Amino acid sequence: MTRHKRILIYGYGNPGRQDDGLGAAFIEKLEAWLKIHPVAGVNLDCNYQLNIEDAELIAHKDLVIFVDASQEDIKHFSFTQVDPSDARVEFTMHAVSPAFVVDLCKKMYHRAPETYLLHIKGHEWDFVEKLSDKAQHNLELAFSFFIKRLAEMISIEDAVSQRTDH
Amino acid sequence: MSKKITIEPVTRVEGHGKVTIHMDHQGNIQQTRLHIVEFRGFERFVQGRPYWEAPVLVQRLCGICPVSHHLAAAKALDVIVGAGTGEGLTPTGEKMRRLMHYGQFFQSHALHFFHLSAPDFLFGFDGDPAIRNIIGIALTKPELAVQGVMMRKFGQEIIRATAGKKIHGTGAIPGGINKNLSIEERDEFLKGADPLNADKMVSWAQDALEFFKHYYHANKEMVDGFAHFPSNHLSLVRKDGAMDLYHGVLRAVDTNGNKILNDIDYQEYTNYIEEEVRSWSYMKFPYLKEFGKDNGWYRVGPLARLNTVDFIPTPLAQMEFEKYKALTHGKPNNFCLHTHYARLIETLHAAEMIRELLNDPDLLGNDLVTKGTKQKEGVGLIEAPRGTLFHHYRINDNDQIEMANLIVSTTHNNEPMNRSVNFVAKSVMTGKEVITEGMMNSVEVAIRAYDPCLSCATHALGKMPLEVSLYDSNNNLIDRKRS
Repeated sequence: MTRHKRILIYGYGNPGRQDDGLGAAFIEKLEAWLKIHPVAGVNLDCNYQLNIEDAELIAHKDLVIFVDASQEDIKHFSFTQVDPSDARVEFTMHAVSPAFVVDLCKKMYHRAPETYLLHIKGHEWDFVEKLSDKAQHNLELAFSFFIKRLAEMISIEDAVSQRTDH
Repeated sequence: MSKKITIEPVTRVEGHGKVTIHMDHQGNIQQTRLHIVEFRGFERFVQGRPYWEAPVLVQRLCGICPVSHHLAAAKALDVIVGAGTGEGLTPTGEKMRRLMHYGQFFQSHALHFFHLSAPDFLFGFDGDPAIRNIIGIALTKPELAVQGVMMRKFGQEIIRATAGKKIHGTGAIPGGINKNLSIEERDEFLKGADPLNADKMVSWAQDALEFFKHYYHANKEMVDGFAHFPSNHLSLVRKDGAMDLYHGVLRAVDTNGNKILNDIDYQEYTNYIEEEVRSWSYMKFPYLKEFGKDNGWYRVGPLARLNTVDFIPTPLAQMEFEKYKALTHGKPNNFCLHTHYARLIETLHAAEMIRELLNDPDLLGNDLVTKGTKQKEGVGLIEAPRGTLFHHYRINDNDQIEMANLIVSTTHNNEPMNRSVNFVAKSVMTGKEVITEGMMNSVEVAIRAYDPCLSCATHALGKMPLEVSLYDSNNNLIDRKRS
């Protein structure tokens, strides 16, 4: 019997703060897509931010993709492999980065899944429950990219590890 | 040469904060200030919105403690829909909210202890910042790191079961709750596979407390000597004086334990509490009107709560409370670092409360909402993990919110945090030419004891490094270090 990869796609951010909700919007869109195109072994999750208990959550997965809004200098989105050695003390005490989660997982459970961060460029961060037009456009581009990449990642064991900017 | 030192922002504190320390020509500390950039636009944002949206809208404020805002808003709206002030809900409505609240307390306190304070104790205030966090704990005491992670997870699962979902929970609604607990959910929390069950959480909360007590007894002089100063203390207490983190009357005691706010109805808080604005900080400084700005400031949070309450109504936490009170001969405890001790006693209390509530059949009931005669105005108070949280709303004839006032725990603690910074700066920086990592972290340890949350809920990966700037007497920058 074939064992499917255990895949977690995890969006985070606050949908009540406009483009900070890109992670949650991505998961919502993917959930609808998966209803039509089911993929075995895929689980979706969402939260305001990552935290230490997520180390336990990802410990049971083979492949994890975090999806987050970005304020970095990227055009539309970036897709990067998460390197646990990038883990550092966050300025914030109540949330941690993807690298921190992976590093903690590795230290606690002596294993860590192959992990990527899909960073989607956000532009506005007000008390609004709706993405800005620019962020919505970036979401569409990132989603199209991701669907193609997901197929590759499921079928190809050694996924591309270089950063891909768009 | 006089100097101005800026620590900006404070690491591991949510939101933006910076510390400036002014020295005179002899290197003595002249003045310290904790500047906090707090976002104040939210109260205007909710104006004009239908009142019933508030418990969900307020979760936009903060991705760290959305449950506390959710419940405080719901409590204020209970008054507006005529469901009373805490006692008016159905047993299922009230107990489901309490379970949600204690779940929030448990996970929040666990995060603070295992990720923030325990690393300071394990590795020292001048320890390598790269491992002075839960990753360092995972390397040196893996069993402790697992406890921290699983305690957080348990609390988060309680919240999910009671609030309905992780993001923008809808569990609490004006006048009650929109779901009960299923038998399956209850049994999972009570009898779930090890370690995710209530008995294990009580046991681990005891272990965490023992860990701190062991540290304390080995380092008593340092812990007691760190940023201690007299203050007033304020919190909700149950009408019989018991600790009640969900509902009660408002009590304040002075540094000798005398009641200076004697169990008042919090609907009338504006008669007793005022907020001062200072030009150098966006965050206000609340104080008790009767005693004025200089003498009326107070602390909130775990240390304050253990000073105001007469007893804790769960047996294991009460035993620990008695030992804790004996340290100060029953008088209020003003030792800043004892806040961690108090927080762990509250963690144990929260675990016991969760277990007690899960065994209560009322959680499975179907009578979820109370209705009454609508009012125009309501105040909701709750003890959030960081301290007393005030939500105050007034509505118009169209059911729209026309006034909102929120006083968050971190605002109440503004003056005490400033005093703690001042105390520590004088202790470790006087006469020093070089600011070491250990000195900087000592200042942060003082702030972190209050577990301030200055979140604006958005986040910016890769930004906000720690920055220290040194200025001469003419405000010229002479040195700057970035982490």
